[in-house]
Amino acid sequence: MTAVESPPAQRVRSTRRPATGGAGRARRPSVVLTAILLGLLAYFLLPLAWLVINSTKSTTGLFESFGLWFASDFHLFANVHDVLTYNDGIYVRWFLNTILYAVVGAGGAALLAALGGYGVAKFDFPGRRLLLAGVLGAVMVPVTALAIPTYLLLSSVQLVDTPFAVIIPSLASPFGLYLMWIYAAAAVPDELLEAARLDGAGELRIFWSVAMRLLAPGFVTVLLFQLVHVWNNYFLPLIVLRNPAWFPLTVGLKQWNSQAYAVGGSQAVFTLVITGSLLAIIPLVAMFLVLQRYWQSGIAMGAVKQ
Amino acid sequence: MAVASPSRRRGLTGFLFFAPFLLVFLVAIVAPLLYALGLSLFRRRLIGGTSFVGLDNYLRAAVDPQFLAGVGRVALFLIFQVPVMLLLALFVALAIDGRRVWWPKLFRLGVFVPYAVPAVVGTLMWGFLYGGQFGLTGQIADAFGVDPPDFFGTTLMLPALANIVTWQFVGYNMLILYAALRAIPQDLYDAAEVDGAGEFRKVWSVKLPALRPALLLATIFSVIGSFQLFTEPKVMQDLAPAVITTSYTPNIYAYELAFNGQLVDYSAAISVLLGLVTIVVAYVVQLTTARRERIL
Repeated sequence: MTAVESPPAQRVRSTRRPATGGAGRARRPSVVLTAILLGLLAYFLLPLAWLVINSTKSTTGLFESFGLWFASDFHLFANVHDVLTYNDGIYVRWFLNTILYAVVGAGGAALLAALGGYGVAKFDFPGRRLLLAGVLGAVMVPVTALAIPTYLLLSSVQLVDTPFAVIIPSLASPFGLYLMWIYAAAAVPDELLEAARLDGAGELRIFWSVAMRLLAPGFVTVLLFQLVHVWNNYFLPLIVLRNPAWFPLTVGLKQWNSQAYAVGGSQAVFTLVITGSLLAIIPLVAMFLVLQRYWQSGIAMGAVKQ
Repeated sequence: MAVASPSRRRGLTGFLFFAPFLLVFLVAIVAPLLYALGLSLFRRRLIGGTSFVGLDNYLRAAVDPQFLAGVGRVALFLIFQVPVMLLLALFVALAIDGRRVWWPKLFRLGVFVPYAVPAVVGTLMWGFLYGGQFGLTGQIADAFGVDPPDFFGTTLMLPALANIVTWQFVGYNMLILYAALRAIPQDLYDAAEVDGAGEFRKVWSVKLPALRPALLLATIFSVIGSFQLFTEPKVMQDLAPAVITTSYTPNIYAYELAFNGQLVDYSAAISVLLGLVTIVVAYVVQLTTARRERIL
């Protein structure tokens, strides 16, 4: 792995930087550069704008009106109603499944990474170096290469087609451990731990009430990016789940889409796919907007991608 | 470091903190990896049962035209897609960091938003936009009275997929590069200004060298991602079943072999081989960069 700067040091330096940023002296913004970036922004927001606009259309409106403008009738609430009630409300079930997998999987992964990273950074135990080397080597192992063997293993212990099949693989985040390790090494001073020990606090208590407070920004970053990973995952749940009642949103929406495009498929399903897609992306987009402060400082750690 | 006397107990405590992660790591990553390796050395037949075949599955994969075509396709994909994506990310990061644009915060957020969109939904949306019938492409082409480009045809499918992946990951890579730019100490800029360096000179001599490690990290992750291409083509399969074949990418091929072909052992060998190819390519990327740095 390449060296990644320790986050606290980075933050200190960036606050010391004047508002002019990397340019040194204050300069006037360039019209040309701003125009180019506006063009790029339009490209990045185009599909989302299309999705918002077309989720307000009925099936006829979808096929007959211009894609980047609203149709004469406003059908959004009817579409949302259709999405939530189609097939006995299976979409609501998919939504709840996704929340379950994301909260338990990502929350668990972040917690295990924080515990493990703290243990590796602040204690010395036999085999520590070897274990670390193994974990860091695993950062390079492509996650999808493991998906099919994971399915075979899970089916041999009868866990396929249960929530555990999605949650257990989501709990392991080698990159999360790596981040929490460098974060704990930099952000938790040994003196503080020694002082707490002299006060007679137990090790677990020290972790919860002293270390965890200092690890919070790193913890939130690992949590956020693992949340995205689990919420957006498609390959693993596609393989390990058969029963639609356990599907997450990604697998369910893809199934609706196949249904809409299939020979003899129903055109009415297109509005379900579009409105269902819009509802599915709102939680994560909203979360990133609300928690900006956390991930923008946390991504300085090198960020998580799997 | 721990004081001498309680150090052994403290060592055990450290291991206990690490143990829950280790358990999940062994169950979710090491076990499947070993299982895949083991499986790939056997062949299961309906008649005759399971027999040890050594490296037979690997030798078969090494000359399997479908597997090789898939690897070639994702290699072609990454040669074009990764540089375009990283150059765009670099451009946006430099523009925002230099404060040479109005509303830098808006751009930083707007470019990043697609990262929060699931690949399935991203592909669905672009699929609608690409569509010739009721898609935006079709409508615009109609307005100009020309034939719409066929994004679902053999030639344009790969660029169409590359566009989706680029759309999704420019913002993520931009943030990594931006974070690295923010970490450059002010002294370096001051020194450059004393030397009379202009704007471009500063980008070339201060910013780009400082971005090296972050760029390398972003490149390696992108290479890994490209070789594992699955979700985008899998969703596109509904729209272009004739073009996205069952061996379009190595991962789709492994999936089809395991679930529709019942060739689990061969599929395991393909997965392992793909992982090896990925690691070798990622390693080579690292080597070339390191060598160049040694020269400079």
